[in-house]
Amino acid sequence: MTESQIRNDVRSFVIQNFMFGQGDRLQDSESFLESGLIDSTGVLELVGFLETTYAIKVADEDLVPANLDSVESVCRYVERKLQGASRRAG
Amino acid sequence: MCGIAGILNLGGAPTSPGVVEAMLRTLTHRGPDDAGVYTSGSCTLGHRRLSIIDVQGGHQPMSNEDGSLWISFNGEIFNYIELRRWLEDKGHHFATQSDTEVILHLYEEKGEGCVEELNGQWAFAIWDQAHQKLFLSRDRLGVRPVFFAFTGRTFLFASEIKALCVHPDLSRDLDLRTIDQILTFWAPRPPHTILRQVSELPPGHSLSVRGDGGHRLYQYWFPDYQVPTEPVDEDRCAEELLELLVDATRIRLRSDVPVGAYLSGGLDSSIITAIVKSIAKERLRSFSVTFGDPEFDESGFQQEVVRFLQTDHVGVHCTASDISRVFPDVVWHAERPIVRTAPAPLYMLSKLVRDNGYKVVLTGEGADEMFGGYDIFKEAKIRAFWAAQPESSRRPQLLKRLYPYLPNVKSQPDAFLRGFFRVGTDSSSCFFSHLPRWELTARLKLLYSDNVRDELRGYDPLDELRASLPRSFAGWDGFSRSQYLETSILLPGYILSSQGDRVAMAHSVEGRFPFLDHRVVQFASRIPPRLKMKVLNEKYILKRAAGHLIPPVVKRRPKQPYRAPDVASFVGPRGTLPEYVETLLSPERVKQDGVFNPAAVTQLLAKARAGKVSGIRDNMAFVSVLSTQLVIEKFVRNSVS
Repeated sequence: MTESQIRNDVRSFVIQNFMFGQGDRLQDSESFLESGLIDSTGVLELVGFLETTYAIKVADEDLVPANLDSVESVCRYVERKLQGASRRAG
Repeated sequence: MCGIAGILNLGGAPTSPGVVEAMLRTLTHRGPDDAGVYTSGSCTLGHRRLSIIDVQGGHQPMSNEDGSLWISFNGEIFNYIELRRWLEDKGHHFATQSDTEVILHLYEEKGEGCVEELNGQWAFAIWDQAHQKLFLSRDRLGVRPVFFAFTGRTFLFASEIKALCVHPDLSRDLDLRTIDQILTFWAPRPPHTILRQVSELPPGHSLSVRGDGGHRLYQYWFPDYQVPTEPVDEDRCAEELLELLVDATRIRLRSDVPVGAYLSGGLDSSIITAIVKSIAKERLRSFSVTFGDPEFDESGFQQEVVRFLQTDHVGVHCTASDISRVFPDVVWHAERPIVRTAPAPLYMLSKLVRDNGYKVVLTGEGADEMFGGYDIFKEAKIRAFWAAQPESSRRPQLLKRLYPYLPNVKSQPDAFLRGFFRVGTDSSSCFFSHLPRWELTARLKLLYSDNVRDELRGYDPLDELRASLPRSFAGWDGFSRSQYLETSILLPGYILSSQGDRVAMAHSVEGRFPFLDHRVVQFASRIPPRLKMKVLNEKYILKRAAGHLIPPVVKRRPKQPYRAPDVASFVGPRGTLPEYVETLLSPERVKQDGVFNPAAVTQLLAKARAGKVSGIRDNMAFVSVLSTQLVIEKFVRNSVS
């Protein structure tokens, strides 16, 4: 799974689910919270998507904006989780 | 309660009654009992009547003794008996027993300032022949509607926009700023309406139009908050409040036809029903709406109140398919896009009232605005409390407890709750209480087409609102500010219109609202916020004043906002949708109408069909787009007759 694949997946999920498909102007660094992109349902949907798509487990202590508040931060978080998983598997 | 309409030819050309008669035909639902037209030179007034007071003698338009003043009036003046006595003492002679005639004589006595003496709900037009002037006025809080337009050399007015649409010179271009306001505040802000050429007379305003076209629109009243600095005696305050509420209810029982009551199962309508029971001798008839889904249904509490107060009760059961079936009619009557389906069950409720032979009901509307009942007041208080200690882990729990009916809020991590509820926002900012709601709603604007986005570039409904705030607003405490915003925007623009006058009058039913008696409103505006919401106990002073009149279980129950199923109302088995929804939301139709992006709407539709719409935003998006498309179909595309 490359970094750009993850980025495309996450962007596509956010645009389709939170922006009615209208995401041309979405910046990867844009804060979901500050821009109001994700409502109270949204974070839980996003977590569900990450857990299903990447077979990772998002721990309660990971539910913080530093991990989940922009396309960029979500990508970094998923990459870290996947690297951790592959190290453990290796 | 009635429908009014009229025309004034600016410049003095004579009018003919034909156009006004056509306008009145679109308002038959507001007044099925009688109709009348009066023409005098450049002015024609029209009236459709729902006979309630002086059934035999109250025909309109009505004139004073010498025919120099003519009135077309929609509403009720509840203190007409006291005003009549005062006027008779001054030498005025009355030909009828109606409240309408009282307005005419009061105008003779006080001119345009007469409205300040009125206790009631009204929209009326007086043709002042001697001064060649048409005087329009609307009640303080916006219970009754009136719209107007200048088309070249003609001034038109009517109770509803559809009546103005009959006039051949009225252009029916959609006002995109109004759509933008609704997709922010849930309501348009008068004078904006769905049509660019049509204005709504704002609540608490009058408009006088001279025969030569000169006109003056001015505010005679607004909700002002003057919280005393000295301590308030709680017992005395509760006693005075109850006395006022009893009197407000008493004068709202003045009617020559029987009066019933809406019963939601909540605190406010239960209090009003209990007060009516204590005053009226006859057995009281009450009406309610019930739902199959326990998420929305309150029939258990309704039955508690019925047993306790011994009313003759009847309910209408509202199913999801009922909502989708009546929705086009609801939008036709509301004359604006709506973001939730909640007006639809109330449309069914007014039909139930009418089918039972009633045309007047008292309701508990207004208590939440006047005494701080809505969650938004509590939410703002908690947000400010949390913001004072941002690292607290206990304070966010209060927000989770506030919305027990929103499971997604309960399961949110604190760090995100802080973001959703804008805990970092300066709590002294003008719109602190309302920003989370407005920002959430404004996300629906992502659905706009590129053209609409371009046309609205540079327009911000919040800037316009900020510029319109009363001078005293800056000096009010945060609670009073949030009350003002609720009372001046959502109350007239949604609660009293889409959920009030428009869906009740669709079936010729008049609502009366004791909590909106201006004496109650002014009294409430001087009660300190800590007595309205004691810690987090909403409407504390109201419960203290009148809680003993209702079942203890209703007094103790947590506030349950009135809601109805949204997207779920439209999606049938295997993702089927009603034909009208398929047509209006098809990519071709959305593209032709031009407000929304067809691809975005198609995606939303696919999500709805798949049963994947769960959040507030997607539900609001679906209902807003569908109702906007209905508005375009009914008021812009098609001819109105």
